[in-house]
Amino acid sequence: MSLSFSGGKHIPGYKHLTQDLPVVTMAAPAEVIIPLSQHTGAVCKTLLKKGDKVKVGTKIGSSDKLISSTVHSSVSGEIKAIADYNHPVLGTSIAVIITSDGKDELDASIKLRGSVSPLGKEELLKIVKESGIVGLGGAAFPTHVKLTPPKSIDTLLINAAECEPYLTCDYRIMIENPNEILKGINLLKKILGVKNIVVGIEDDKLEAISVLRNKIIAKSYSIKVQPLKTKYPQGAEKQLIKAILDREVPAGKLPFEAGVVVINVGTALALYEAVYLGKPLYERIVTVTGKSLRSPANLKVRIGTKFSDLIEFCHGTSTAASKVIMGGPMMGLAQFSTDTPVIKGTSGVLVLSEKEAPDYKEGPCIRCGRCVDICPVGMLPFALSMCAESKMLEQAAQYNPRDCIECGICTYICPARRRILESIRLIKAVAK
Amino acid sequence: MTKKLNILKVTSSPHIRTSETTAKIMWMVSLCLLPSGLVSVRVFGIHALWVMLAAIVSAALTEWACCFIAKKEQTLSDGSAVLTGLLLAYNLPPEAPLWMVCIGSFVAIVFGKMVFGGLGFNIFNPALIGRVFLMASFPVLMTKWQVPAGIDVVSAPTPLAVLKDQFAGSNVFSSADIINYSTRDLLLGIRGGCIGEACVLALLIAAAFLLYKKYISWHTPVGFIGTVALLTWAFGGKTLFRGDIIVPVLSGGLILGAFFMATDYVTGPITKKGKLIFGIGCGLITTVIRLWGGYPEGVSYSILLMNTVTPLIDRFVKPRRFGEKR
Repeated sequence: MSLSFSGGKHIPGYKHLTQDLPVVTMAAPAEVIIPLSQHTGAVCKTLLKKGDKVKVGTKIGSSDKLISSTVHSSVSGEIKAIADYNHPVLGTSIAVIITSDGKDELDASIKLRGSVSPLGKEELLKIVKESGIVGLGGAAFPTHVKLTPPKSIDTLLINAAECEPYLTCDYRIMIENPNEILKGINLLKKILGVKNIVVGIEDDKLEAISVLRNKIIAKSYSIKVQPLKTKYPQGAEKQLIKAILDREVPAGKLPFEAGVVVINVGTALALYEAVYLGKPLYERIVTVTGKSLRSPANLKVRIGTKFSDLIEFCHGTSTAASKVIMGGPMMGLAQFSTDTPVIKGTSGVLVLSEKEAPDYKEGPCIRCGRCVDICPVGMLPFALSMCAESKMLEQAAQYNPRDCIECGICTYICPARRRILESIRLIKAVAK
Repeated sequence: MTKKLNILKVTSSPHIRTSETTAKIMWMVSLCLLPSGLVSVRVFGIHALWVMLAAIVSAALTEWACCFIAKKEQTLSDGSAVLTGLLLAYNLPPEAPLWMVCIGSFVAIVFGKMVFGGLGFNIFNPALIGRVFLMASFPVLMTKWQVPAGIDVVSAPTPLAVLKDQFAGSNVFSSADIINYSTRDLLLGIRGGCIGEACVLALLIAAAFLLYKKYISWHTPVGFIGTVALLTWAFGGKTLFRGDIIVPVLSGGLILGAFFMATDYVTGPITKKGKLIFGIGCGLITTVIRLWGGYPEGVSYSILLMNTVTPLIDRFVKPRRFGEKR
């Protein structure tokens, strides 16, 4: 039986555009832009300078701060500049711009590990940090930090819900790389020292569920695959924990306080590659999609590839793009330019036409209660929206704006087209 | 950059929306209500149609004029004025004079809605404000009922008036006045009453559709009708727990009120639990008025009274915060 949480709603997925398309590897572009901040936490420092030669996988930035992660070159070539560049999350940020020499030579540090089993917890954690592994679901939180929770935990959840419409990158890797994912999960198990491991997958991805289950049975791993109701935001960390374990992580608390660590399925694959293949995180799977895109695809791309390169690789759009979004349509970030690089947290590039993303005209709240019924964290979204409209920002505090996980379902469902989440973000920002 | 710049739109997420809109909901509810009125036109005669049209047109004109005078954006297309007009007509006797209908619509729109700031800000159900205003101003015209008798239409008391008479033992009506209605007649609307409330069957079909579309939730109507049925069964008979419930539930404005007026988004509580409490409160007040009050029918007053309690309900009935102890 599929498990779920209360609230939320099934929304049209548009996953058919790419779900049956195998991952295609896109050749390294002529130039990559690698931001030194691709993760939650401190910006990396680089010891390299203009004109330095790098290879695929050469470390180009790191930080001695705990919450940070290493970044690597994704091509072999020469550093053209170290300068501010468009950044999909931060607007602009310092980046290393590398011109490819087309040779794709691997850095000497990248080599297969003959034997993985002797590696202990500390050695594995070091590999995670040095390989630049961060959460690939979108938030890009450094994985080595997540794997060293300050409290003991009993359960590891693998987030493979992929509840965002349009996105299919996680689905594809589960179909195409189940063995590697399971090996990655076993590494996570070793690091965390947990027995209870559950992979949560929405029940519209039946093939992924059966592929993983068959592999688990064949290898007699003790990993459970749990189907989840196909409902947004099923993949939100707290809703996933609620659905699978019936534990609630209160606002402002992290999953470890409920004894859980949640890792995205793509991150598990990246961990496998880092440990077994010695490969740092310099490429990832990106779903490039949209109804107006001529050939939507699941692409394996180098970090630092421009969105415009991806769109071009997919043969451009049939109607003019009105919005280009990094991520899915619910939580993704609208970009002001396609001259923006793919970063580690780029799960998708979604192109919407004017018709698909019109300027919605806001009307008065009719108190229909849909946002209240649907809110997965039990808020009163309409009330916050009214507070923001009337500039009653202090009164808004009583409605617990900090509880909001910014899933956006309230705004999606609002028949008056009110920009509720925008109001909540405003209230949160002002309250800071 | 030599390439022509393509200006991209940048907004806060989410970037997609449901296809439901306020206007779609309002027009859909109006459409669902229509069959009940059309049955009444068939039963009571063509004047009922003129009442419906007069109420809708005058409501729309009033809203247009309010927006025009206040120099606000026109809001007619959201469909709420038309719905208010239609609901008002449904709460009027089929023989209501058209001038009175227009006054009712005017009051409903101006004092029921626009003075509060328009749709979404009103405290009371606008259509019921119109009806109650007319009840207070023109009590005789508002209680002149016709009853379809064979092919003729004659004046006669409504089933609820008869019930009240019997319950109170006042014997105002002579036995010649009293028509014994069958359940079938009540369902099909062959009885005295307001335009929209007569054909219960049409209302129930429409309500089922709105429930299926999730435009309304079951909480208000179930709380409302359930409470009326329970209390009438307990206290509406000659002795305790001997009351008939079929006629009281199917007569008067209960079905119309419970499914289409008490479920008004703007003037009812926001949570499902709140809606249930609201419905129970409506049922309680309705039964008290019906059995012991001065009027034969109490649906309108019960909803308006509960409208005043809505903010209080919303204050105390809130969803459970995620992560909060049960």
